Amino acid sequence: MAIAIDQAVSRRAFLSVSAAAGGGMLLALSIPGHADAAVAARAPAASEHPEHDVDLNAYVTIAPDNTITIMSKIPEIGQGIKTSLPMIVAEELDADWHNVRIVQAPLDTKAYGIQFAGGSFSTPMNWDLQRRMGAAARAMLITAAALTWKVPESEIATSAGKVIAKDGRSLTYGQLAAKAAKVIPPDMKTLVLKGASQYSIVGKSIGGIDSPKVVTGQPLFGIDVSVPGMRYAVFQKCPVFGGKVVSANVDAVKSLPGILNVFLVNPEGPTGLPDGMAMGLQSGVAIVASSWWQANKALESLQVVWDEGPVAGQSSAGFAAKAQELSTQTPQKVIHSDGDPKGALAGAAKVIEAAYSYPFVAHSPLEPMNSTAAFINGKLEMWSPTQNPGSGRTLCAKILGIPEDAVTIHMTRCGGGFGRRLGSDFMAEAAMIAKLQGEPVKLIWNRNQDLQHEFYRPGGFHYFKAGLDAQGQLVAFTDHYVGYANGPRASNSSDLSATEFPAKYVKNLELATSTMQLGMPTGPMRAPGSNAHAFVFQSFLDEVAHAAGKDPLQHLIDLYAEERAAPPPPAPPRKGPPGGGGGFGNLGPPFSGKRAQGVLEMVREKSGWGKRQLPQGTGMGVAFYYSHLGYFAEVVQATVLPADGTVKVDKVWVVGDVGGTIINPTGALNQCQGAVIDGISQALGAKITMDRGRVAQTFPEYPLLRMYQAPQVQVDFKLTQFAPTGLGEPALPPVIPALCNAIFAATGKRIRHLPIDTTLLKT
Amino acid sequence: MSYTINVNGTPQTVDVAGDTPLLWVLRDTLDLKGSKFGCGMGLCGCCTVHINGAPRRSCITPISTVGQAHITTIEGVGSTDTGKKVQDAWLAVDVVQCGYCQAGQIMAATALLNTNQKPTDKDIDDAMSGNLCRCATYVRIRAAIKQAAGLPITDTREV
Repeated sequence: MAIAIDQAVSRRAFLSVSAAAGGGMLLALSIPGHADAAVAARAPAASEHPEHDVDLNAYVTIAPDNTITIMSKIPEIGQGIKTSLPMIVAEELDADWHNVRIVQAPLDTKAYGIQFAGGSFSTPMNWDLQRRMGAAARAMLITAAALTWKVPESEIATSAGKVIAKDGRSLTYGQLAAKAAKVIPPDMKTLVLKGASQYSIVGKSIGGIDSPKVVTGQPLFGIDVSVPGMRYAVFQKCPVFGGKVVSANVDAVKSLPGILNVFLVNPEGPTGLPDGMAMGLQSGVAIVASSWWQANKALESLQVVWDEGPVAGQSSAGFAAKAQELSTQTPQKVIHSDGDPKGALAGAAKVIEAAYSYPFVAHSPLEPMNSTAAFINGKLEMWSPTQNPGSGRTLCAKILGIPEDAVTIHMTRCGGGFGRRLGSDFMAEAAMIAKLQGEPVKLIWNRNQDLQHEFYRPGGFHYFKAGLDAQGQLVAFTDHYVGYANGPRASNSSDLSATEFPAKYVKNLELATSTMQLGMPTGPMRAPGSNAHAFVFQSFLDEVAHAAGKDPLQHLIDLYAEERAAPPPPAPPRKGPPGGGGGFGNLGPPFSGKRAQGVLEMVREKSGWGKRQLPQGTGMGVAFYYSHLGYFAEVVQATVLPADGTVKVDKVWVVGDVGGTIINPTGALNQCQGAVIDGISQALGAKITMDRGRVAQTFPEYPLLRMYQAPQVQVDFKLTQFAPTGLGEPALPPVIPALCNAIFAATGKRIRHLPIDTTLLKT
Repeated sequence: MSYTINVNGTPQTVDVAGDTPLLWVLRDTLDLKGSKFGCGMGLCGCCTVHINGAPRRSCITPISTVGQAHITTIEGVGSTDTGKKVQDAWLAVDVVQCGYCQAGQIMAATALLNTNQKPTDKDIDDAMSGNLCRCATYVRIRAAIKQAAGLPITDTREV
């Protein structure tokens, strides 16, 4: 599995050092036997792009003027990784942060290992490697100083970009860099790393490295790229997923002002990658113009005859009816079974039953899908806001029929990702249009195209039963999950984990699934799987607590107290793209009920749970969820206005356990605040309906949360002894059930379907 | 057609169709890429500029309607006192996540503070709710506006 390979990178990789252009030292990494080929030909970056004057396969470069350049290997999508990973290198290097310059690395997996932004993987996957890169450079500078001064290395210390001898002599890193470039690099395995108490950069709040450029409007994003001779394009696909273009009024559109070319793109056969996420190159009509405005405006005159294909027969309403029907039948598959769930339900003193559902959801990052591509002499060069450049390169090479080493990918800053840019359909389109046009092309999707041709967070239906004994103990629990499949496989990101909580924590339990064939693409969205399953499981467990007459927060703490059933055999390795929910290989320690209890106890204290007098119509709800190696307990206080059922979220208390080190506290808090409000946005309004094979909503009908709806968010971290893990995702899942549970506390009405229908909350 | 417009204090002559939105003139004709295309419908606020000091959605403002009005973009707003204060506050509070909407947020916030030096939370809600932030940095946008106004940055809304 790809993840396991990268985990071992820092142990198998070897370092190489050379003199940097202009003097100084250039430290690079080589990763032997890496699955992907390196990008051999590195064409110069776009003239407008500011970061082109560096040695692109370097990891760390130290110049004679003391400037330290650290390459940022992961795409920046707003998660702050371009700031936080270099902080780790700088820490172990003992750099002076003021002299650190950070440059976005191009896609070069041989030099950097796997490069993608997803699954909150970047921190746990790179924590060890980044530390060792910094420590290696520091060790070489110490060796260079020891040779210079002829003193033992043990008598040399480092601090803020300087090497200091016991006798007080010192040299800057810049002064030593040329000599260090001749030192044999150390063995990555045996480097001595700092303890947390020695940190002076890690653990300090450092603002986003590119924020000064953001607030002054400098070009950074994919949509801002310009290359000489560039044309602009739009691409119209069939509104029905999988539909194909038959014909179009090409000549009429060609005659419109500014239009340079109009052509049909009709790839033969499936063009997607085997990951099942996101489409490859779809059938459609390309319009190329001398300005994007003209290209987009020409869509109003475009008339296309489509072959809508078989998906036109599918609708959300039909799936809801089918799910209801399946819920009364024997599940197609039992994925986890302990004890005797049926017998225990039959013998229970009290049985609770509930049906839950959630809709398809679109990611809708604010920067629409776009890419700029140039296809010259059989080689593709592309500038793209992508979370997944390696996958994009593979797809582009495949659809153009060229080798992967003929594709160069420049990663730009992304205007939001949330998982959407793990799919590379927009890159494939730009590549093909540039090839057919024979000129560099910037493709931009308009907003409705962006909303209606996503891959979506899959919807789903859950049918729960729980049994309590006479003492109110949860003794039986069953879920029949009706989801979607695409052929023989569950639709991307719709899997239910066989160990979904409370599996293993209730003696008699069954998790079972049935699926319906879906022709709409689905894929990972921020906390995939978890963003849906947290809602249904943590809401239903709240119902169970109330039915048992127990405090919901204490009920969760009690549930996590001990595993009551034998652990199931380990699940087979998960297939699919990075960012998909569920399996994390051996990236972190196994789930710990104690860590769950720890954050629940802390959020009880922080929120004043059970101790505050709340007015009529106001309630507090709690939920816990473990995802992406992070443990998050959240309490929501919400007020429901009786007149119209409007839900006002007053405040959210968040307690997270992501290990013992918060690398960049300001960034960490920002991620948690954002994830929590993102979750509330989903709960309050996010819904994509499929109607006759197409998306029913346009952008004005897809409400995203706005300033006036944004609550106060208080975030605290519970520090534990573990290595740090990622924060892009795990704060999101619990806020949705915590909000719905707060609404129950406020009104006595249970939210079992998303988005929240406020008309049901009127009194 | 030829239009001469006043952008950040400089007259600029452009030759575009009259229905071309100001946004695309700024971005692709004048190469001022700071104002962003988010929705093209005036719903997200990514493209916000000042026209004679008032916040306007440049994506739905045809160039033919601009005339001699003074247009200020994110590239120029830092040369005004308020604009500079707002940009500095954005950095001090570390508002930015992806950053795509932030040019529009800063333009909206600057327009607010130009007409209301000590905004309340309600004033901030009213002035800023036309600007989407998909990363949901609203907590920090609120704090940064207060910081720029010299107000305590705590959220004073009643809980």
